[in-house]
Amino acid sequence: MAEKKRIELMVCTGTGCYAGGAYQIIDGLNKELESFGLRDEVTVVATGCNGFCGQGPLMVVIPDNIFYGWIEIKDIHHLVEEHFLKGRPVKRLMFKPPEEKEPLPLLSDIPFFKKQLLVVLRNKGIIDPEKITDYIARDGYLAIERVLSSLSPKDVTDEILKSGLRGRGGAGFLTGKKWEVASQQVKTPKYLIANCDEGDPGAYMDRSVLESDPHSVIEGMCIAGYAIGSTNGFIYVRTEYPLAIKRMRIAIEQAEEYGLLGKNILGTGFDFEIEIREGSGAFVCGEETSLIHSIEGNIPKPRQRPPFPAQEGLWCCPTVINNVETLANVPVIITRGAEWFSSIGTETSKGTKIFSLVGKINNTGLIEVPMGLTLKEVVYEIGGGIPKGKKLKAVQTGGPSGGCIPASMLDSPIDYESLQKAGSMMGSGGMIVMDEDTCVVDVSKFFIQFTNDESCGKCVSCRDGSEAVLEVLTRISDGQGREGDIEFLTELGESIKDASMCGLGQTLPNPVLSTLRYFKEEYDAHIKEKRCPALVCRNLIQYYIDPNKCVGCLLCIKSCPTEAIKGESKYIHIIEQEKCHKCGQCLEVCPPKISAIIKITGNELNNLVQLTEIISCKEWKKDHEYS
Amino acid sequence: MPKLTIDELKKMRENSRKEIYLREGNFRGKVTVHMGTCGIAAGAREIMNSFLDEIERRKLTDIMFTTTGCAGLCSEEPMITVEMEGSAPVKYCKLTNEKVKKIFNEHIIEGNVVKEFALGIGSERVG
Repeated sequence: MAEKKRIELMVCTGTGCYAGGAYQIIDGLNKELESFGLRDEVTVVATGCNGFCGQGPLMVVIPDNIFYGWIEIKDIHHLVEEHFLKGRPVKRLMFKPPEEKEPLPLLSDIPFFKKQLLVVLRNKGIIDPEKITDYIARDGYLAIERVLSSLSPKDVTDEILKSGLRGRGGAGFLTGKKWEVASQQVKTPKYLIANCDEGDPGAYMDRSVLESDPHSVIEGMCIAGYAIGSTNGFIYVRTEYPLAIKRMRIAIEQAEEYGLLGKNILGTGFDFEIEIREGSGAFVCGEETSLIHSIEGNIPKPRQRPPFPAQEGLWCCPTVINNVETLANVPVIITRGAEWFSSIGTETSKGTKIFSLVGKINNTGLIEVPMGLTLKEVVYEIGGGIPKGKKLKAVQTGGPSGGCIPASMLDSPIDYESLQKAGSMMGSGGMIVMDEDTCVVDVSKFFIQFTNDESCGKCVSCRDGSEAVLEVLTRISDGQGREGDIEFLTELGESIKDASMCGLGQTLPNPVLSTLRYFKEEYDAHIKEKRCPALVCRNLIQYYIDPNKCVGCLLCIKSCPTEAIKGESKYIHIIEQEKCHKCGQCLEVCPPKISAIIKITGNELNNLVQLTEIISCKEWKKDHEYS
Repeated sequence: MPKLTIDELKKMRENSRKEIYLREGNFRGKVTVHMGTCGIAAGAREIMNSFLDEIERRKLTDIMFTTTGCAGLCSEEPMITVEMEGSAPVKYCKLTNEKVKKIFNEHIIEGNVVKEFALGIGSERVG
């Protein structure tokens, strides 16, 4: 019988869905399809990250384009029978926006996907990343074919320069310019490095590119190698990305087998080899010169620039370091032209950018949007707004090197310059959404703790400066803030920026400086009134049981690990503040319809009734009924 | 696997495209088989198979094939809806393998509605 494939099930196997059991889902699907005799008609394809990570494990049914999320093993039998045998899509597994009654069956109708523009992630969810022919079918290796058969290295560099492509890893340097500098160097050999040392908390753009479309990075690297005159490429990736490394290895092997990597590529005489180098996940290795030291086998510490790596880099040879996302843009620019690419985006920021949209947001996931889209569109249209009807407070971009952009600036477009003007930066594309329950002092403390841990220790300003900033922030959040702390933080932050040698130190004060700029009153509340308005900083909050609401159910008493709550059944419970460790367990267990426990801050306790003796609920009610 | 030359890569791209055409979504027309309980009982699966055979035999990559539930006219099953780009959807009813062949030749390939098997042209309105 002839093959009659009519349906393909594109099951996401990015790291998120993988962890959520995607491969068990695939096994289950294959088993059920087998038992219904549908294996010839329905094929299961393991794809890279689909992007809508919050809905994983998930799949898209082709050709209908029906999206199923949160799939569980127990759903599979029903799903296969109903949809793939009988042809009736299963509503229950479709995506339903939180406020809507009816689900949205089609992927193309889901707002999360609607506003996106896929350039780098053009193959996500469509190809099997472990199959080179899938990539080739989607115009893969078409760019290298053109480059090697009809373009000179200079033509390639000029095309990239004309496209306006800027580095996607942080500072946003013009990619073509970097290539140009390297290609002009006389010294050989020259090296090319793909930087996949992605360290920002909550960011996973580069990992997803490697996982879902590794060949696009290989092709981009080949083209870059050709343009700068290099025959050796390295992919620097952290060991903690095992799936990305595995898929990259498979892709390299396949490309070598097909003659798309190695000696005499496509019979044109051009040689290019790629090696994977695994880093052990030091944040500072994202910095070019540290990364070079790490590949050389030395301690990853940055060095003074100039000379820039493009002049003198790996083993003192000219070296171009491009971010993974930057390189994945290259093949598309060659096949579709610089003009097309530069028609996307804004005046100075061309093309698209991938962001990992995380934090207090309804639709968590990986998105690719044209430059110039506003933060509002990203948060409310793609992200679906803030959960539980909370208010948006700020959006943090650029990871520990970036800053917080307040809700009032939500209309500002996302491009390199606007973000910088707002006191943040593009960075590699982490986007953390914060709601009103987020304390800016606490957030700053988190980021400074991170950079303090990750500082390599070479510059005093960064090593000791971050320590000092952390100390002051800890003091403020502990309720020990002093007059002059804000001025001190500002001055110290500026000095760290000026005195540090590499990007890590130069940007580490950003989270503090940007929050001081937009949320100064919140710092003031901590310092002057010993109040944490977002009710986060432990030493500044108290838990309190409202006697008018408590029914004496004992739940909080039983849950309290420090036995700080006294009371008896049907007697109003009382928290003894001096024993309370503020773990919040009591608030968790108090039934929502009672909601007797609240968090308070500052001197609010003084304005509330403070019981000293336990009293029965009945008696309390009687006494207070008419008052 | 011998190393590819530029021409061989081109050929491989053409062949690989056929493998994944379903995912590209560049369809000129769409055939929907109605597979409610009534449709299945009346032999919708066989109709579906003969459609797939036709698509396979002709190596078509621009016809989307899909299934859906009951169309509401259970006595007329098995039924399909053929929707070619730019024209109204046509419902065909009481199908047999021979009818499928004719519909395929005349409607899907040549673009002429096979009036004698057609139940109606157009679709219900969704209110």
